[in-house]
Amino acid sequence: MTRKLSKPPYLFLRLGSIAVALIIMATAFAYVSGWLDPQRLTPDRIINTFEANAGIHEGYRRNHAKGICVSGEFVSNGNATGLSRASVFERGRRVPVVGRLAVPGPNPVIADGKPLVRSFALRFSLPGGEEWRTAMNAMPVFSVSTPQAFYEKLEASKPDPETGKPDPRKIAAFFAAHPETQAFRDWAKTAQRSSSYANLAYNSLNAFRFIDASGNVQVVRWGLVPEAPFTPIRDAQLKNPDFLYSELQARLEQGPLRWHLVVTVAGPGDPTDDATKQWPDSRRKVDSGTLTIKRMQDQEHGACRDINYDPLILPEGIEGSDDPLLSARSATYSESFNRRAREQAEQPPSSASTDDAHDDSQETQS
Amino acid sequence: MRNSMHHQAGFSLIARVLHWLMALMVITMLFVGAGMVATVSERHAWLLQLHKPLGITILLLVIVRIGVRWAHGTPPLPSDLPLWQRLAAKLSHLALYALMLAMPLIGWTMESAGGYPVILFDGVTLPALVEASPGLYSTLRFMHTWLAYTLFLIVQLHLAAALFHVLVRRDSVMPSMSTGPLPGAKRSKG
Ligand code: HEM
Ligand code: HEM
Ligand code: HEM
Repeated sequence: MTRKLSKPPYLFLRLGSIAVALIIMATAFAYVSGWLDPQRLTPDRIINTFEANAGIHEGYRRNHAKGICVSGEFVSNGNATGLSRASVFERGRRVPVVGRLAVPGPNPVIADGKPLVRSFALRFSLPGGEEWRTAMNAMPVFSVSTPQAFYEKLEASKPDPETGKPDPRKIAAFFAAHPETQAFRDWAKTAQRSSSYANLAYNSLNAFRFIDASGNVQVVRWGLVPEAPFTPIRDAQLKNPDFLYSELQARLEQGPLRWHLVVTVAGPGDPTDDATKQWPDSRRKVDSGTLTIKRMQDQEHGACRDINYDPLILPEGIEGSDDPLLSARSATYSESFNRRAREQAEQPPSSASTDDAHDDSQETQS
Repeated sequence: MRNSMHHQAGFSLIARVLHWLMALMVITMLFVGAGMVATVSERHAWLLQLHKPLGITILLLVIVRIGVRWAHGTPPLPSDLPLWQRLAAKLSHLALYALMLAMPLIGWTMESAGGYPVILFDGVTLPALVEASPGLYSTLRFMHTWLAYTLFLIVQLHLAAALFHVLVRRDSVMPSMSTGPLPGAKRSKG
């Protein structure tokens, strides 16, 4: 029954072509994985740069590391149903929300008085397992419009090993090379820090697409507008590096906090792919409902800890726009989440104590 | 197995269609997965949107395919094939089936454990298989990567073996998966 294998002609050529097929496939895989292309901007590279700049704070977010978990609900007034068919906007719809108030920068124990920007992230839990996640900043425009520029800014803010602070010349050189940062810098020059998380307006900055019941698309940005009036930071507050926490606690003891979720509709010609450009003030604004925050928890134990506020987790009726920051954020937040989830599993951070060792390098971070 | 029923020595039409369709899908998935986590460009978002429904389709198809295999059996390997090659063939096919089943299940469970809604396409969200848990998430996330690499390696070996049958042994293994059963054909050469 057994038969000697007859040797085919050109045996080496035949074996060689098998090898070539395997090498081509393996090379293609390595290329796609970025292993042959060290210049490619990957989520790994961005997160590694955050870590190189600030060290690894195990279990914490690689950016916006210091924050507070909050929870409450959103009640829709139905005004935005004409813009988006997302169930969250149905008139009278109430959805539970888990949020996170935070300050930018990779340092989980930075003094609250230092960062200029603050942020609010929300997860709306919609019926049927759908979710809407959004991470907003309290600023009118973002500093950069592309992931590449974000990365270059991060590189430029690397602390100098001598001084422990970013090299101001490198930052200046970055800004000089990136005129799109001008609107942000103008704002940063005059912006005042507020006394609270509760009296700030937070903006999506990136544009999104709203799809209505008949499939019409509108490009929008959204934001939270506070009911509490803005008051500037007080000198006494600066003595407490965690004043945002105690201030929020004091407010919540008085009662819930409210914001209005306001949707701004792009006009013809408004840039949809550039978060450094504001849209004219005259654009149509729709107040879609009220966010009520009732409770807070520290971020080491709160429900927001294990949430990745990926801005591309959207319900039916809302889609991402052509803004290149969105995809980059989604990819990078995931890598940050992967690392902190792993650290979390290995060794949950108990509680952070504030140190002042870190300087004000985070001042203009976002 | 019910090999004895298959003197015509080839995979059934349905088995062949499933094999080539799924081969294309699995290889696509490996490249889509590897590519989407290695870029911050817009490709990330749309590859991820492709990754999940395609992965779940593989899960559904592999269940059908295992049923088909159970019902139809497989043609015998060439009788002159050395024992170690038979074993390698059996083991690698078993591993391929196991991974085609495990990879999407891990993906789905991992997304649930990460607290993510498992969105297949607009308006279609799969139920969470487990409660959110960072510990479980990171274990599964690790497995998803390393089992994907393992799958890639086995697919490479599988491809090498298939080409070896075509180019060097020139036996009936490839025809059994390509043209399929030929009336009266015998699986082994000679
Ligand atoms: C390419 C540009 C950007 C990169 C690479 C980036 C990077 C990051 C990273 C790594 C995190 C931590 C994520 C986590 O572990 O959960 C984060 C958090 C955050 N980012 Fe960005 N970001 C970018 C653009 C933006 C923009 C345009 C906004 C403005 C709305 C923004 C707002 C936020 C907020 C609010 C958080 C905190 C979310 C939370 O509290 O969990 N980011 N960012
Ligand atoms: C790359 C091109 C591929 C070629 C040329 C190829 C070729 C073949 C051939 C000739 C067979 C028949 C083996 C026999 O007679 O026992 C086979 C079987 C098989 N192939 Fe592939 N294949 C390819 C890709 C894949 C991929 C990507 C997968 C899945 C991950 C796969 C999974 C299988 C399985 C599970 C079997 C065993 C079928 C059974 O015994 O039920 N193949 N393949
Ligand atoms: C045959 C099935 C599948 C294959 C071969 C596959 C393969 C891969 C690969 C190669 C990666 C990149 C891993 C890395 O480099 O770290 C990946 C990532 C991923 N896969 Fe899959 N996958 C499959 C099914 C699924 C399914 C069904 C889901 C979810 C429903 C899923 C969700 C994901 C997610 C979310 C990531 C990226 C996570 C992150 O951003 O860190 N996969 N997959």
